Amino acid sequence: MAVDPLIELHDVNKYFGALHVLQDINLTVGKGEVVVIIGPSGSGKSTLCRTINRLETIESGTIKLDGQPLPAEGKALAKLRAEVGMVFQSFNLFAHKTVLQNVSLAQIKVRGRKKEEADKRSRELLDRVGLASQAPKYPAQLSGGQQQRVAIARALAMNPKALLFDEPTSALDPEMINEVLEVMQQLARDGMTMVVVTHEMGFARSAANRVVFMSDGRIVEDRTPEEFFTNPRSDRAKDFLSKILKH
Amino acid sequence: MNVLTDNFSIFAEGFLGTVELTVYASALALALGFVMASFRVAPVSSLRVFGTVWVTVLRNTPLTLLFFAVLLGLPRFGLVLPFKVFAILALGCYTSAFICEALRSGINTVPKGQGEAARSLGMTFHQTLSMVVLPQAFRSVIPPVGSTLIALAKNSAIAGAFSVTELLGTYKTLSELGYNIVWTFFWIAVGYLIITLTISAIFNVLEKRWGVPR
Repeated sequence: MAVDPLIELHDVNKYFGALHVLQDINLTVGKGEVVVIIGPSGSGKSTLCRTINRLETIESGTIKLDGQPLPAEGKALAKLRAEVGMVFQSFNLFAHKTVLQNVSLAQIKVRGRKKEEADKRSRELLDRVGLASQAPKYPAQLSGGQQQRVAIARALAMNPKALLFDEPTSALDPEMINEVLEVMQQLARDGMTMVVVTHEMGFARSAANRVVFMSDGRIVEDRTPEEFFTNPRSDRAKDFLSKILKH
Repeated sequence: MNVLTDNFSIFAEGFLGTVELTVYASALALALGFVMASFRVAPVSSLRVFGTVWVTVLRNTPLTLLFFAVLLGLPRFGLVLPFKVFAILALGCYTSAFICEALRSGINTVPKGQGEAARSLGMTFHQTLSMVVLPQAFRSVIPPVGSTLIALAKNSAIAGAFSVTELLGTYKTLSELGYNIVWTFFWIAVGYLIITLTISAIFNVLEKRWGVPR
């Protein structure tokens, strides 16, 4: 795999005060690859996901997107972030904007599209995630699953090269998890490059090209889902899997 | 009772004076308060220091002292303006410190994820602040800003002591003319109520209009 790398992390280190949250992380995500990051809470998987578009800064190491190193704060960083969509655990839809405005805002302000053009694309995407009829509503009027699907449409509207998912289903009721996972499955089939932090092992098995297992700020395993789930190498992963797959 | 009907023009003049002071000083306080609040959350540290000093000095100075400083101090440095303008400057600057803090607390009520989502879509710091954070902060600062402006309307009475025409000051003229002081103050109070209740009403409308479900 990884013939044509899109996201490259080299020897990335990050600290929260004395806590060494990311330790010598090396990870390459190829174009069209779906990489699922799993691990116990506090293992640094969300932080890792957030460093890729520099919502978290790093102390040392390099992160490259499509061959370009991540710039420091400023216009160049904003430009690069527009190429990487992000979906958050808590959706983070703009509370003062309607669903349609949420999806259109950055298209107009960042991509410079005309309002009609942006709204047309927004409606197409809302239709794709099954929410065309919700366009005039405010986020608070939607269910969690619907909000998350709007958030995915909002990220897709920028025509990103890759999408980052930071525990996209962790704040959802069990019933709503599937509607979000289905949208993500479809994206994976369409060849979108995705980095997904999740606890959904079913999704990891069926949609991922690779599973990255993290523990205590390190990448412990980086293998195909089949190999990882049937025959984990490390004790830490065995222990983790035995706990979550018991029920 | 006939103190109002007999001296309507005196009351009207004072009333309009207070309205004028309130409107101009409010506009100044809102504009300055907005600028100072953006200074205080700016990524540039010198701007943050300036905003903090501005708020600390003005918020902790008694308003009467500030009036003395502006009305008697500034002319010594060659800046001579009508007393009414000085009064507006003093009131506006003083109140801007409170507006700034109300706005800043509003900015802090907007969840961090809103700004992160905006930045992750490629929006710049300025776009994030002006299109995502401030419009939401605005909704939660409507009540405290309303209170601050009501306080401003009442604080404008201090200007009367510096011979600026305003509502409270009318009692001097009227008591010299021998009118009952109780009824004079009653009608003055009614005048203030008209102004402050109008401000309340405006802010109630704003709150209804912009109060979007979260």
